[in-house]
Amino acid sequence: MATTQKEGKREEEKVREGGKGKPGILSSVLPFSLSSVLLFFLGLIYLVIFPLLYRDSRYVLGVVINASMLSVISLGVWLTFTIGRTNISQGAFALIGGYTTAILSVRYGISFWLCLPLSGLMAALIGALIGWPILRLRGVYFAMITLSLTEATRLAFLNGGDFTRGGTGIVDIPRPGALSIAGITLIPAFKGSDPLPFYYLAASLLILTLISLRRLTQSRIGWVFRSLRQNEELASSIGINVAKYRVMAYAICCFIGGLGGSFFAAFQQNIYPATYTVTDSIYFMLYCFLGGLDYLFGPVVGAFLLLISFELLHSIQTYQTMIYAIIMITFMLWLPNGILSLRFKK
Amino acid sequence: MSQMIINGMVLGMIYALIALGLTLIFSIMNVVNFAHGQMYMLGGFVVYYLYGVYQWNYFLALMVAALALAVIGIIFEKFFFRRVMRLAKREENTMLLAMGTALLLENLALFSFGEKQRGVPPVVTGVYEVGGGYLPAGRALVFFVALFLVIGLLLFVQYTRPGRAMRALAQDKEATYLQGVDINQVSALGFAIGAALAGLAGGLLITIFAINAGSGTAVSTKAFTMIMIGGAGVVSGAILGGFVLGFCEAIGYETLPGSTTYLIIFIALILFLIVRPQGIMGRPQG
Repeated sequence: MATTQKEGKREEEKVREGGKGKPGILSSVLPFSLSSVLLFFLGLIYLVIFPLLYRDSRYVLGVVINASMLSVISLGVWLTFTIGRTNISQGAFALIGGYTTAILSVRYGISFWLCLPLSGLMAALIGALIGWPILRLRGVYFAMITLSLTEATRLAFLNGGDFTRGGTGIVDIPRPGALSIAGITLIPAFKGSDPLPFYYLAASLLILTLISLRRLTQSRIGWVFRSLRQNEELASSIGINVAKYRVMAYAICCFIGGLGGSFFAAFQQNIYPATYTVTDSIYFMLYCFLGGLDYLFGPVVGAFLLLISFELLHSIQTYQTMIYAIIMITFMLWLPNGILSLRFKK
Repeated sequence: MSQMIINGMVLGMIYALIALGLTLIFSIMNVVNFAHGQMYMLGGFVVYYLYGVYQWNYFLALMVAALALAVIGIIFEKFFFRRVMRLAKREENTMLLAMGTALLLENLALFSFGEKQRGVPPVVTGVYEVGGGYLPAGRALVFFVALFLVIGLLLFVQYTRPGRAMRALAQDKEATYLQGVDINQVSALGFAIGAALAGLAGGLLITIFAINAGSGTAVSTKAFTMIMIGGAGVVSGAILGGFVLGFCEAIGYETLPGSTTYLIIFIALILFLIVRPQGIMGRPQG
């Protein structure tokens, strides 16, 4: 009895000592952890307070909409990092998603609310087809082939003839209409130039993606993904169908990319072959790196930080991108494992 | 037909030079230098200013370009890559750093040189007729300078002491270290030579194609395509990949409309890598 108590105490001390920033006192008083409280307040600010404060400022809302949706797209790339692949093809799938929405809604008059999931599915389907062969490549080889894939997709849309309207792109994509099921209007039509509905759509997509990916990474599939990153041969030797799981991760990534592309097509009301280039694919990857590859919140932190600092540097226009690049390199030199790795430092 | 062969040879030679620089850095340090295209672009700009604007001797300008890029390469290796490679938990992190440096170089160039497309007057004039096709003297010059550089590099890597150290480092880092080789010095040298080759290629090609501050990414993509065709980290593969791409381009531009050439190249590349993921000359990855 006494020994178990002692051991228990020792355990508690261990937790307190090595407990990665976990507050020992607070967690014993409160029924919930500090990080969940923090998360709740962040969510509250993001969903309620912020849009109320800035509902008249199109510029500020626009920046946060961009940051939110770019985080969503980057979260897909983050998932391919969990299987140990550096994926520079996300721009291609955002482009595929965007064009799917553009063609379906402009040519066939299909509602945005149907186009959105269809765009994701289209991107996932193409991703699975291409991913099956190319996912056999690893490391630098995979990175380089995905980079070429982005460029190839851009060229494919550029040469798509009348179907994609080549370099002129597709413009005048209609705003999302009302979504009603059985006569009940769930979402009213997006009217005029009010960015607020887009804000809520972007925010809900971000939160939905975060929740889904969190559930996914904590499930058995998530552990399988991580085992692929650590040692594919070993995973295969204990009977894991390696090819199936890596295609699954890649297809989910592409699905998310397609959703993002679809959103931006409706938000900006146009899409061109040059809307997503190699540079964009690289940026999606950079956001993940910058935030920290080991954390689900990594791409979100990375995207928000870079985009907001980019906007803050707006006043010194000529130097803007240069300072931005310097910030990026400084962060790399100072925190090569991502900003969130700060959490574990003392 | 012979025109296509001539164009393919010239492009292939210069592409081999670009791919060699990239593959050198990759094999020695295991760093994919995403800034390779930007280094190429900077080399082009040095030659543009020295030769095109200040009327220096072309070859002197070319040498200065190589030297300038070598210095940039050493600075990158010494202050950026060495530190990140030591601190980073994952190998991929150097990739991010390489992208950061690419962005920095591109924006520095955009800021100092502007967005305008730049070209230089031809170094030599005249046209040769070779086997029924036409070879402008400027292109012949580019071909022979590139050939000379490639052979020079191969001899250097094969027969000199630092060259041997570089090959040893590419094969086995620990063993090289145990032989008393200063690894830092050798990797700095490798990075410098790789960057200088990119700069030389830029300086050579600016006499044929115009460049601007944004041309880097396209060149990087091409360089990656080449080393994927030939096999990453293998010198012979880089040369072969350069020629394959050069010929594909020359034939494509002659026979296909506009930008479909590259679309077909990329599709062919993906199909090829399905069959042979390590490229033509590469070792199987593992």
